[in-house]
Amino acid sequence: MSAVMTIEELRNGLAWRKNLDKAFVVAGLLILMSCLGLLALLFVDLVRDGAARFGWDFLTQFPSRKAERAGILSAWVGTSMIMLVTAVVALPVGVAAAIYLEEYAPKNWFTGVIEINVTNLAGVPSIVYGLLALGLFVYKFGFGQSVLSAGLTLALLILPIIIVGTREALRAVPKAIREAAYGLGATRWEVTKDHVLPYSTGGILTGLILGLSRAIGETAPIITIGALSFIAFLPDPPISGAFPFVNFAWLKSEFTAMPIQIFNWISRPDQAFQQNAAAAAAILLAMTLAMNAVAIWIRYRFRKKINW
Amino acid sequence: MSATAATRSTAMGKGAFSSLAYRKNRDRAIELILLACALVAVFTTLAIVLILVVESSYFFEHVTIREFLTDRMWTPLFDDAHYGIMPLVSGTLTVTFVALLVAIPLGTIIAIYLSEFATHRMRESVKPVLELLGAVPTVVYGYFALLMVTPFLQKFMPDLSGFNMLSAGLVIGLMIVPYVASVSEDAMRAVPRYMREGSYAMGATRLQTALRVVVPGALSGIAAAYILGISRAIGETMVVAIAAGMQPTLTFNPTEPAATITAYIVQVSLGDLPHDSIGYQSIFAAGLVLMLMTLVFNVIGFFLTRKFREAY
Repeated sequence: MSAVMTIEELRNGLAWRKNLDKAFVVAGLLILMSCLGLLALLFVDLVRDGAARFGWDFLTQFPSRKAERAGILSAWVGTSMIMLVTAVVALPVGVAAAIYLEEYAPKNWFTGVIEINVTNLAGVPSIVYGLLALGLFVYKFGFGQSVLSAGLTLALLILPIIIVGTREALRAVPKAIREAAYGLGATRWEVTKDHVLPYSTGGILTGLILGLSRAIGETAPIITIGALSFIAFLPDPPISGAFPFVNFAWLKSEFTAMPIQIFNWISRPDQAFQQNAAAAAAILLAMTLAMNAVAIWIRYRFRKKINW
Repeated sequence: MSATAATRSTAMGKGAFSSLAYRKNRDRAIELILLACALVAVFTTLAIVLILVVESSYFFEHVTIREFLTDRMWTPLFDDAHYGIMPLVSGTLTVTFVALLVAIPLGTIIAIYLSEFATHRMRESVKPVLELLGAVPTVVYGYFALLMVTPFLQKFMPDLSGFNMLSAGLVIGLMIVPYVASVSEDAMRAVPRYMREGSYAMGATRLQTALRVVVPGALSGIAAAYILGISRAIGETMVVAIAAGMQPTLTFNPTEPAATITAYIVQVSLGDLPHDSIGYQSIFAAGLVLMLMTLVFNVIGFFLTRKFREAY
């Protein structure tokens, strides 16, 4: 081969390089599609394996030694109560922390420390939160192996998600809006409460839903706290017909949750229980995917609706 | 003076007639409340460190650091108790390695494809769907690994045991693909357009530009993606607890069953150990090791991402 390429060689080389380009596009698409395909396959398989168990009874029965009579009543009630605690704690704290970091915090080392902490907490393995809760909530604070401990643990776990989501939303509000409000004599809190927050509702909501969708599937931390897998009673309902209409006994109640129930059923060698696991897993997966879909939709709607 | 105040109060209504001093004080109080909420993050970190260190210190009263690091068996719950962390660490590293074998190539190719080849519309619609892979509850992935992936692999490897680190690792790999892909893609998109255009002007194709200009330019960000992926794989719990078995074994062979640090913590938590037993304390010692391992990777990842954000 001579040092100078002939036009023929150049053409062949170019054709080869262009083919490589096309091959990469095909490979990329294929890999992308097979990853998504696996997700679909997983869902279809769960539905197929658990098909025999779907029905009203599955939702309204307590767990049982007999697989065909076992249901997820105590699991989904437990999960709903935990999610209630998680949302009630994580939303205000997360939003307030985000407002502080975005609207108030001066740029100094102290703010830097808080920021590094938020980033770091997002990367802490979830089971470590479980150990924290076991040592702190269950034993030090004496909350026991209760709905309250579980809810608080998951609230800490999703705090970084809510903080990051809220901060993004706050940052998207243009400066001009803040300056207009300051120009009329509003204080910083008035600007934030009356102008910045209302525009950020979409982003905050997205963050909350994504956080809860993460929390609803978390298994490891609540196993560490000591969730029970066999619970054949329901905690007292939080709302009652008689005065004072609300009670908080349920917070102290022992509990089980959807992922715990699934884990327990998977661990049994009996195939009938694995069918139960598949059915419950399909329901849990559907809930998670639905929450994510809602979050994506809200984000999309808000982006489209607001034209600054 | 009082006359003006009176007209002001009628003109503005009672609600608006809060003095500036009052509003400023209220602002200061609210700022303190907001600050307290932001400090929850700092206190959480402190509490994690404190709890892990204090509880493990009880553990290390019984077990010497030397035994912890050099003993080749981990059987704190047996009568013949051994407290060597090595088998748990070997399990954790093996699963992580298998997971990376899946996540790094797939995640990188998807990132290059989305950043350099896909149209804007395609990217915007595929990314959220891809992120669903990371949103699937881990217990569901555990079911997938134990009851679908393992039986499938056994068709080709008849000797594969029912519990093994291979299928757990493969599934964890799939789980962190979107994570690796989205962090790498962010890094690649931060590479300025003019660098690509320079490359095209020299006659390079898209693939050549991607591999020789964009990827080297985004290297610190891509490295951060891998490192944060490693930290995720190390901390993953339910998939290994379900599909890899719970027997601590000192092995690096992925076709064997073994326990990871996280699986051990789950195993102990499932039983009902008394609060002050050595078994209870041992999960905090294991947790401390886990925390240190992920912390190292998180810190490296944090500085690498900061570097690529500053680079351009």
